[in-house]
Amino acid sequence: MELTSEDVRDILRLLDDLPYSELRLETARFRLSLRRAAGGWTQQTEVLADATVAVADVAAAAAGPGPEADGAEMPAVAEVPAVAEVPAVAEDGDSLVEVRAPLLGTFYRAPRPGAPPFVTVGSQVTPDTVVCIIETMKLMNSVIAGARGTVAAILLDNAQFADQGTVLMRIRQPA
Amino acid sequence: MLRRVLIANRGEIAVRVLRSCQRLGIEAVLAASDADLDSVPARLSDAVIRLGPAAPGDSYLSVDAVIGAAVAAGADAIHPGYGFLSENPALARACAAAGIVFIGPSAGQLEAVGDKLTARRHATAAGLPVAEGGEVASPGDAVGLAAAIGFPVLVKAVGGGGGRGLRPVARPDALAGTVELAMAEAAAAFGDSRVYLERYLPSGRHVEVQLLGDGRTVIHLGDRDCSVQRRYQKLIEEAPAPLLGDELREAIRRSAVAFGEHLRYRGAGTVEFLVEPESDAFYFLEMNARIQVEHPVTEAVCGLDLVAEQIWIAEGNPLRIGQSAVTLAGHAIECRINAEDWTDGFRPTPGTVTTAAFPAGPGIRVDTHVQAGTTVPPWYDSLLAKLVVSGRDRAEALTRLRAALARCQIDGVPTTLGMHERVAAAPEFAVGGVDTAFLGRLLQPEPAAGGRRG
Repeated sequence: MELTSEDVRDILRLLDDLPYSELRLETARFRLSLRRAAGGWTQQTEVLADATVAVADVAAAAAGPGPEADGAEMPAVAEVPAVAEVPAVAEDGDSLVEVRAPLLGTFYRAPRPGAPPFVTVGSQVTPDTVVCIIETMKLMNSVIAGARGTVAAILLDNAQFADQGTVLMRIRQPA
Repeated sequence: MLRRVLIANRGEIAVRVLRSCQRLGIEAVLAASDADLDSVPARLSDAVIRLGPAAPGDSYLSVDAVIGAAVAAGADAIHPGYGFLSENPALARACAAAGIVFIGPSAGQLEAVGDKLTARRHATAAGLPVAEGGEVASPGDAVGLAAAIGFPVLVKAVGGGGGRGLRPVARPDALAGTVELAMAEAAAAFGDSRVYLERYLPSGRHVEVQLLGDGRTVIHLGDRDCSVQRRYQKLIEEAPAPLLGDELREAIRRSAVAFGEHLRYRGAGTVEFLVEPESDAFYFLEMNARIQVEHPVTEAVCGLDLVAEQIWIAEGNPLRIGQSAVTLAGHAIECRINAEDWTDGFRPTPGTVTTAAFPAGPGIRVDTHVQAGTTVPPWYDSLLAKLVVSGRDRAEALTRLRAALARCQIDGVPTTLGMHERVAAAPEFAVGGVDTAFLGRLLQPEPAAGGRRG
């Protein structure tokens, strides 16, 4: 059992009457530091004990990765414009616009597991077309194409982790 | 009497729930994903069961994994916390089938409020005011309905809630496109593409009422104001709601209890309302059938441990106190300290916390799961800590809040601390009773549309 905020309050009540401005308390299981600063007390607590992990492993066999495994979680939906690169020029004179991950997260090609993907190679897109989702910290970020054209390449597999700025797709813009 | 509870959640709420369990002499076993095996709640709990890989769909969102963990742990109950599976009727049902107590309402009650159109119908049946609106089957459908309601309208996902799946539409020409997009996004986010329209009140106040029910009796523990929001996500909450007329406050509380009674609600729950400040009109928004993030402000003014009450009710007991025994005193304010860069469109900022120092002292409570060395994984929500301050009145709470914020220090990841200091210093917030558009006005100029660039 660790210190509760009530315990800390009681310790502070004692300290308030004493001329000390700092208290450090360390046991095998936790470390508490209380410091009297301008305006009041500041606490830093560290739980040092290791977690007791039971051997049983109940990882779900079912449910492949998807932005929404069963519709229970209700992630926020935000619209994040993709970070479009300066168009590169394809051999035939068309330009290729890169759709990049606007923030780090998991790349999803479809709105949910089993659903058809937002786009496939050859899909016609406008700048506002949602081409994929990047999920970061429960925030489902719809990534839009950012350019009019045809999807020329999809560079990541579904459910792959993407760093911020990773090129996800290329859009071919007619010359 | 419960002996061993499986906590099927993570982060600060896992710490919060296990503290109550341990205080009550109940063993707390944490179900943790691979990303959380070394987390603060894992270190604090009596035992940890591996739930599955980091991706929530394989761990915290998997009914099979959670039930499997409870069986493996020999737990006689599951506390689902908030988010994840907390309002999923499938988990409540699977618990019943496995002979495990689900610490929450019945599966039927979860269904009644989880589908937002059904919840609207129940609200109407219970005599609550609901904003004009209705279901739209197609973008074309929406045009006539919106014309009848009048612009602006809000497009809402039937499977949404908690401020998610909402899109305001100001003009008729933008309606069909927005409905189409909202349907696609609702399908993506909630697995349910249905949307509905409601009259949009751009400058309303978000007021909610905390309920406790035992399946027969329903009481309220006062109201909260959660109007300091960004994109419908709450950032600061307080209890009681400031500057609300006695009559209006009483009417809102009565409505919430009527809704709970209509459902014969069992457990802790919150009925949310939108209040139109000019007219004192209020409308039912939704019910959250779980413990809420902002429950500590209610605990601070009513003196109850809401998690302990949830457990008490789940054990099959009648409510411990009646309405007349509920005493509300003082004022409390909560700030959600998130791992987000508020200066860059509130971009989520996973990483590693290197320093976590929090204020301590009278009227200060910090609910957190971070300490020096804690990693903030990209898989889950961004809440790091809740700073809750209370005082005899709002002025004292606000004075304490300003001093307490100055003593918070989190290094390693950008946080919303600076934003909270801005709000706490704002004269409009000091007056009280701000509307949901307040934060946007305060933080102007917002990063231009398309601000999140790498």
